[in-house]
Amino acid sequence: MSQNLPALLVVVPLLLAPLAALSGRAKIAWGIATAACWWTLYAAISLLLRVQESGVIRYSLGGWEPPYGIEYRIDLASAFVALIVAAIGAVTIPYAGTSIAKEVSEDRAPLFYTAWILMLAGLLGIAITGDVFNVFVFLEISSLSAYSMIALGQDRRALTSTFQYLIMGSVGATFIVIGIGLMYVMTGTLNMVDLAERLPMVESNRTIPVAFTFLTVGITLKLALFPLHLWLPNAYTYAPSAVTAFMASTSTKVSVYLLLRFFFTIFGEVFSFEQMRLNMVLMPLALIAILAISLVAIYEVNVKRMLAFSSVAQIGYMVLGISFGTVLGVTAGIIHLFNHALMKGALFMAMGCVMYRIGSVQLDKMAGLGKAMPWTMAAFVGAGLSLIGVPLTVGFVSKWYLVQAALAEGQWFVAGVVMVGSLMALIYIWKVVEVAYFQEPDPDHEIIEAPLSMLIPTWVLVIASFWFGIDATTTATVATQAAETLLGAMP
Amino acid sequence: MDDRVILRVGAKILIPFILIFALYVQFHGDYGPGGGFQAGVIFAAAFVLYALVFGLGNAIKVLPPKAAYFCGAFGVLLFVGVGYASMALGGEFLNYSVLAHDPTHGQHYGIIGVELGVLITVFGVMVALFYAFAGRRRLDR
Repeated sequence: MSQNLPALLVVVPLLLAPLAALSGRAKIAWGIATAACWWTLYAAISLLLRVQESGVIRYSLGGWEPPYGIEYRIDLASAFVALIVAAIGAVTIPYAGTSIAKEVSEDRAPLFYTAWILMLAGLLGIAITGDVFNVFVFLEISSLSAYSMIALGQDRRALTSTFQYLIMGSVGATFIVIGIGLMYVMTGTLNMVDLAERLPMVESNRTIPVAFTFLTVGITLKLALFPLHLWLPNAYTYAPSAVTAFMASTSTKVSVYLLLRFFFTIFGEVFSFEQMRLNMVLMPLALIAILAISLVAIYEVNVKRMLAFSSVAQIGYMVLGISFGTVLGVTAGIIHLFNHALMKGALFMAMGCVMYRIGSVQLDKMAGLGKAMPWTMAAFVGAGLSLIGVPLTVGFVSKWYLVQAALAEGQWFVAGVVMVGSLMALIYIWKVVEVAYFQEPDPDHEIIEAPLSMLIPTWVLVIASFWFGIDATTTATVATQAAETLLGAMP
Repeated sequence: MDDRVILRVGAKILIPFILIFALYVQFHGDYGPGGGFQAGVIFAAAFVLYALVFGLGNAIKVLPPKAAYFCGAFGVLLFVGVGYASMALGGEFLNYSVLAHDPTHGQHYGIIGVELGVLITVFGVMVALFYAFAGRRRLDR
C-alpha cells in the first residue's frame, strides 16, 4: 500500500464519494465523509514525513512514464498544502455533522457530503499533481462541488451568490485552460518538470507571455485577489456555516499554491519577475487589497461578510509575500497560508456556532453574546487576536516574516501598510467584541452555548493558532524549505 | 400524443438503433474515436427521445429517477474499482497491464471497464438532469 500512498490520498475520497451518494441517509453519509477526511489527514501526514526524509516522491498514474503519462509529484510545498487541506477537512467534518443537520434538509444531506468529499479530493489532487492539465481537472472537481455546496445555504440569496461564483469561477477556469493550452501548443508537453525545461527554449515567442498572462489572471480570479474578488464575499456569507469554514481555509489557499507552482516551478522566477515584471502587478494589487478591503470590512454589519472581506485582505498579505520574489517573501506567504487557514477557520466556525443558536450573524443580533455563549465568543476573540497579529499568535508570526521580507528589500512603505492593515483588523474585530461583551443582551431570548460537537473543533483550531504562534519552529522550517525548493535555491 | 402515429412509430423504430449505436461507440472507443462519454450521452438521448414522445410518466416507469441516480454513482465506483483492482494486483492506480496474464489483454480489459464506468455515470447523470428539468421534482422522491 505504501508505494501507492500518493494515489490513495486522492482516490480513497473518490471511492467514498459515490458511496456517500448511495447511502441515502445523512448520518451514514456523514460517517463516510468523516472516514474520508481522517484518512486523508493520515495520508497527508505520512507523505509530508516521507518527503522530509527522502525528498520528492514521484508516482506515475497507470504506470505510464512521465512526461507521457500523468505524474503525481510531491515536494515539500505540495505536501505542506495537502496537509493544510487535509487537517482543516478533518477538523471541520465533525463540526459539519451538527451544523449541517440543522442547515441542510435530511434528503439533500447525502449529496451534500458527496460534494464535500469530492471537493476534498479535488483540492488534494491540485496540491500533489505534477501535470498541468490534471490541475485543471481537479480545479473543476473542487469548484463544481463548492458551487453546489454553497447553493445549499439556507438563505435564498445563496442561489444568486452561487451563480455569481459559478460565472466568475468558470471564467477563471477558462483562462487557466487557455493558458495551459497555449503552453501545450508551444512545448507539446503538460508535465510540470518537462514544461520547466522546455519553456526557456520558446520563451522569445509571444505565445508564452500571453499564456503567462492568461494563467495569472485565471489563478488570481480563483484566489480572489483584488479586484477579482467580487465572487467571494457573497459566496462565503450565504454558504452553510461548515462550508464557509472549510472553503475559506482551503480553496483560496490551494489557489495561492497554484500561483507559486506556476510562477516559480514552471515559468521560473527569472521569467516571472524579471522579464514579466510580475511584482509590478501583484504588489500594488496586494497593497490595495489590504487597505481598501479592510476598510470595507470595517463598515460591514454582517459578521460572516465582514470576515469574508477580511479574507480578501488576508489574501493580499499572502500575495504581497509572494510578490517580493525572494525566499524570505515566499516563506512569509507560505507561513501565512497555514496560519490564515487556522485563524479564519476558527473565526468562521465560531460564527457558525452563533448561526446555529440565534439563526443570524448580524452584528445587532449579537448583543450580549459574550455572556450567553462564553466559549464561542472566547474562541472568536482568540482567533481574532491572531487576525490582528498580537504576539504569541500565528498572526504575529506571519506579519513578523512579512515585515522582515519587506525590510530586507528596503520597502519601508510596504512594511507600514502591513502595520496599518493590522490596526484595521483590530477595528473590525473590536466592533464584534464591543457588541458581544459590552452591550446588554435582549432579555426576551434565552440563548444557550453551542453544542460541544461544534465547540471542540472550533477550539482545536484556536488552540492550534496559539500553539503554532508560540512555537513556530515546525511551520517556519517547513515553509522555508518549501520556499527554497520552489525558488530552486535547494537542489 | 396518441394521435401522432408517425412520431410514435418513428421513435419506436429509432430507439433500439440509438442504443445499439451507443454501444458501438462505446466498444469502438478502445482503438478509435469514441468512448464512454459520447456513448453515455447517446444512450441517454434514447431515453430523452422516449420521454419526449411518450411522456415523462412513461419514461419514469421505464427508468425511475432513483435508478438514474444510482447509475450516476455506480459508474464512478466501477471506474475507481478498476483502479483499485490494478493496485491490488501490484500495479499503480489504473495500470491495466497487470489485470490479465499479458499486458495487451490487461490494457484491453482495463479500458473497457473504465469506459463502461464512464458510460454508466454519464448516462445516469444525463437522464437525471433531464428528469430534473422536465419534471421539476426532486430526484429522490
